[in-house]
Amino acid sequence: MGESAQDSYQKRWGHLRKVLERQGPFGHPEFEPSPEILEFVMNGCKILVIGAGGLGCELLKDLALMGFKNIHVIDMDTIELSNLNRQFLFRRKDIGMSKAECAAAFINSRVHGCQVTPHYKRIQDFDESFYRQFHVIVCGLDSIVARRWINGMMISMLQYDDGVLDQSSLIPIVDGGTEGFKGNARVIMPGLTACIECTLDLYPPQITYPLCTIANTPRLPEHCIEYVKVVQWPKENPWGSNIDGDDPQHITWIYEKSAERALQFNITGLSYRLVQGVVKNIIPAVASTNAVIAAVCATEVFKLATSCCVPMNNYMVFNDVDGIYSYTYEAEKKSNCLACSQVPQTLEIKDPSKMKLKDLIQVLCESASFQMRNPGLTTYINGKNKTLYMSTIKSIEERTRDNLNKTLTDLGLSDNCEIMVADQTSPNTLILKLKYLIEDVNMD
Amino acid sequence: MIKLFSLKQQKKDGESSPRPGNQKKPSAAQLRITKDINELNLPKTCSTEFPDPDDLLTFKLIICPDEGFYRTGRFVFSFKVGPNYPHEPPKVKCETQVYHPNIDQQGNVCLNILREDWKPVLTINSIVYGLQYLFLEPNAEDPLNKEAAEVLTNNRRLFEQNVQKAMRGGQVGGLYFERCLK
Repeated sequence: MGESAQDSYQKRWGHLRKVLERQGPFGHPEFEPSPEILEFVMNGCKILVIGAGGLGCELLKDLALMGFKNIHVIDMDTIELSNLNRQFLFRRKDIGMSKAECAAAFINSRVHGCQVTPHYKRIQDFDESFYRQFHVIVCGLDSIVARRWINGMMISMLQYDDGVLDQSSLIPIVDGGTEGFKGNARVIMPGLTACIECTLDLYPPQITYPLCTIANTPRLPEHCIEYVKVVQWPKENPWGSNIDGDDPQHITWIYEKSAERALQFNITGLSYRLVQGVVKNIIPAVASTNAVIAAVCATEVFKLATSCCVPMNNYMVFNDVDGIYSYTYEAEKKSNCLACSQVPQTLEIKDPSKMKLKDLIQVLCESASFQMRNPGLTTYINGKNKTLYMSTIKSIEERTRDNLNKTLTDLGLSDNCEIMVADQTSPNTLILKLKYLIEDVNMD
Repeated sequence: MIKLFSLKQQKKDGESSPRPGNQKKPSAAQLRITKDINELNLPKTCSTEFPDPDDLLTFKLIICPDEGFYRTGRFVFSFKVGPNYPHEPPKVKCETQVYHPNIDQQGNVCLNILREDWKPVLTINSIVYGLQYLFLEPNAEDPLNKEAAEVLTNNRRLFEQNVQKAMRGGQVGGLYFERCLK
């Protein structure tokens, strides 16, 4: 590095070096100031940003300007006109193009040295080998399903040695969410702190109206729209397809039918925009809320990556509807969480080519540590769910009965595979990892 | 508390070696439905049918009430459990045409726990009992089939006759019903 380059490097990152190369009162107990940390931020640390929308644009900008150079971004959406007021990495000419690709191109050309890799895909299109490369995952999502999916993926990647978590298999998730003037940011250490599934009750339920109200006694314009959505569309199915909220023809059709119904019941206040909002479940977005939440998330990523400061513990709510309010508390891990309380138990199998499924079930019923009654067994083979045996449902029992006399090898269960066992004796489905003491001869 | 920086430095070496035997994990929805299905405790009037035993998310429930207006009938409901279960309820449709105040011609069912009163603590079993209850006590106050509800309120005998007629297969109130006797 030449002298002037060295100078500009010092200038550009001077503010980070002040925090990373000096001891401070908020540091992690084991924090050791060193120039290596900045080196890690810039060249070692790999961040995944999920979502390149309102929060995503802010996050990418924040992270890039904080010195992170190796960033990947996933988004399955394309840019729409209505995004442009707050998703500032996009321009009018970008409408219809991939959010991930446009955002990456913008950051890469604007922030010198930053390398954002876009993925115009769904998160479900990637598997563990992709996610394992990252040090931190930041989410700016608008969907609960997607949050639950990525949460499940991170938890499934945890490795346990004798029931003790191997911390190097853990990838922290920083999750931001906004709705109008309200937002929240949280830090999740999968397996250690409350996960998405632990706090699933916190998400507001989707607004639904009683079917009989929308059918017979509508009082609100929303009732009329729901009626058309739930009753008239399936009945008349004008395009022979499901409703596509992005298709103006569909929205217009629903708008016209809803308007007829509103008129019939003397209901006012129906508009095209409202129809769009109800059908697409649109939540108003406020640019400043996104900016605040993304800034909090990016700061947490920086803290996690450097340990220069203890991370937030672990859930922050923010509200600027009227003045500014924020509060941080520790969301608690749920002891019977469907996702993160599932520490797979290892079950040793002597010889899988001799042990039949019914022998395995016998073990589950008779061994002192399980004492099950009517265990139902399923597994995943080649990414597909497979029911091995379930005695409690007649139609399933009849069709899985033959499996009882097959050996584990015949059933395609390999060493270290996991089976799911549901039984009335435990509140959750258990995950059992089969460990074969005799290796399959063919497997080398 | 973990210290990511030092941890991840160590991790670098072994980073790219995939661990053997790792498979795709079931979702929380899948784990939960497995539990729900394994523990289905059906009343003797109900049975289930799984077209594909590997797919626990799609199935049919058959109700054959043994008392009330609908005894001797056989009613089929289709269940579709989505990826957001149990945050969202399963989608339930009645596949049998039925003359019932709370079920319409398209098979929509007006049962509070299928929509506005659904909670994640409820299970498939709760829905089964809810549906069974609809046949024992049709509710004229929240109608989907308004005509049927009016008849039920004003003339229970006529309602009973209409139900019988519809279940045998025939016209009631200008609508044709297919035979659905057991």
